[in-house]
Amino acid sequence: MKSLHKRQVISKVIIYILLIIVALVMIVPFLWMLSASIKGDAEVFKMNPFQWIPDKPKISNYAEIWTRIPMAKFVQNTVILTIVVTFLQLLTSSFAAYAFAKLNFKHKNTLFLAYITTIAMPWQVYMVPQFIFMRKIGLNDKLLAMVCLQAFSAFGVFMMKQFYGNIPDELCEAARIDGLSEYRIYSDIMLPLSKPALSTLTIFTFVATWNDYLGPLIYLRTESKKTIQLGLKMFIGQYSSDYGLIMAGSVLSLIPIVIIYLILQKQFVEGVASSGLKG
Amino acid sequence: MKYPALIYKGIADMVKIAENVEAHEERRRGFLSKLKDRYFIEGKLRKETRRNLIAYSFILPNFLGFAIFTLVPMVFAFALAFMKWDGSNPIQWVAFDNFAKLASDKFFLTALKNTIIYCIGTVPLTLIFSLGLAIILNQKVIGRGIFRTLSIFPYIASLVAVTAVWKMLFHPTKGPINNVLYNVFHVPQADLPKWFTGSLVLLSMILFSVWKYMGYYMIIYLAGLQGISKELYEAASLDGATTWQKFKYVTWPQLSNTTFFVVVMLTINCFKVYDIAVMLAGGGNGELTLNSTVLVYYIYQQAFVNWDLGYSSAVSMVLFVLVLIVTIIQFYGQKKKEAC
Repeated sequence: MKSLHKRQVISKVIIYILLIIVALVMIVPFLWMLSASIKGDAEVFKMNPFQWIPDKPKISNYAEIWTRIPMAKFVQNTVILTIVVTFLQLLTSSFAAYAFAKLNFKHKNTLFLAYITTIAMPWQVYMVPQFIFMRKIGLNDKLLAMVCLQAFSAFGVFMMKQFYGNIPDELCEAARIDGLSEYRIYSDIMLPLSKPALSTLTIFTFVATWNDYLGPLIYLRTESKKTIQLGLKMFIGQYSSDYGLIMAGSVLSLIPIVIIYLILQKQFVEGVASSGLKG
Repeated sequence: MKYPALIYKGIADMVKIAENVEAHEERRRGFLSKLKDRYFIEGKLRKETRRNLIAYSFILPNFLGFAIFTLVPMVFAFALAFMKWDGSNPIQWVAFDNFAKLASDKFFLTALKNTIIYCIGTVPLTLIFSLGLAIILNQKVIGRGIFRTLSIFPYIASLVAVTAVWKMLFHPTKGPINNVLYNVFHVPQADLPKWFTGSLVLLSMILFSVWKYMGYYMIIYLAGLQGISKELYEAASLDGATTWQKFKYVTWPQLSNTTFFVVVMLTINCFKVYDIAVMLAGGGNGELTLNSTVLVYYIYQQAFVNWDLGYSSAVSMVLFVLVLIVTIIQFYGQKKKEAC
């Protein structure tokens, strides 16, 4: 009995040591980023002694980055883009998913198959013809092109459909007998129930749109249209040794994502679990 | 004698035409009434039609965008692979020329090789780490929530920002990692690894990718683990199963659907790698050398730098086939397992 107890303690200790190592590997780069963002370029790589917080924190990095590149414009573009895309994505996918999950209609399976097959198809396979098409209809170098590109993903429909599938049909039937229209059932019953799935989809869409690089790189050529990722990459390309400034810009680009994630994370695991994303 | 015959023929034709018109008219009427019967009943929309229309109204907003901006370009991508086009001059049909050219294109073949190596390195490592972490974080450990949040941090963080940090941490001469190798492990200055150039670059990309994405797959595994019934573990405990046996006979088989999903998603995501390569290994202008080039980079270069759209589409077809093969193998592997 005693040896069993001892083994349990040892395994607990090993687990915690592993966890702490993993956590450090995950978080140290971010701490280093924060630390470097308030250092001068010469201090960033100074190891002996290494200081997380320098004697004279150079907070001015955070002010300077806004004047060195049109950061305000980049932030504005990205915020508009991300909010519009996330909103459209949530609305249209949950709307379509309701029909796929709870209504019977002609060509349902064919239509759904069209959605499913495109999920496995990487965007990179058809990004070129898509660009040609967008250019043809005059959306080249417009933020609207990015909206069209990202707001109607098959992934969102699939995810929401999986989630709705877990909500019992009887609920809808009962509402129909009570005389509610399908639109009311969607807005009054399904939407309030799908908070975890909506939160999860919000995180996915927000993160993907905010952090997207290749899409904006292809479409947005004018500087005043660029997003924060493009702007930051441009700055890094031009001033690769302005370490402190690069890190300050990076920290700024992370803040909105972290806030959104912290607000919605409670529902995240539940959302992934219940929307069948686990396979 | 000729004229009566001609006149007769003329009349016969006219009758035929008139008959045709009438028949056509009748068919049209028949069709309309059938159409009406099909969708209307006693002047009102049939119930079934109504139901279909309501359903379509739900789907339409998303489907319109999806069809225009995804389906159509996708179909076009297949066609484009068999053509030569620079985006402005007339399109030429070249059949399999693009693919024939690919077979002897050294840059393409290297990009293909690098992409596959990157996948082979990334997929199993990410799988093992994310599953291990999920199993640990599914138990009752102190600070579980904090650990979960920390491990998903790299996933939500922007690639531009985190690659910038990595490039500093692993800076060949000044970075803290090489500094530790030099000062603590006494690796000679000349042997210090140059992480983002030469042959090491693929390894760096793999390590980076595991670090960045394992949190995401950890969450998916966590969701899968929560779906396993506790009774299975209790039964295994009663039979005196060890921790390893519980994993082997309960956890792993129960997670096979999740693993299928994770492997497919991981492989697809690996095949489409672009930003990681450009940001870690690309110079200031983002150009990649043979050591670090990947398929999507070549698609991008051929399309938006060389404007050889057909050739670029041929490369993307290769990407598509790779993804397809992986999905099919996984799908049948999965089926076989279920059949056993």
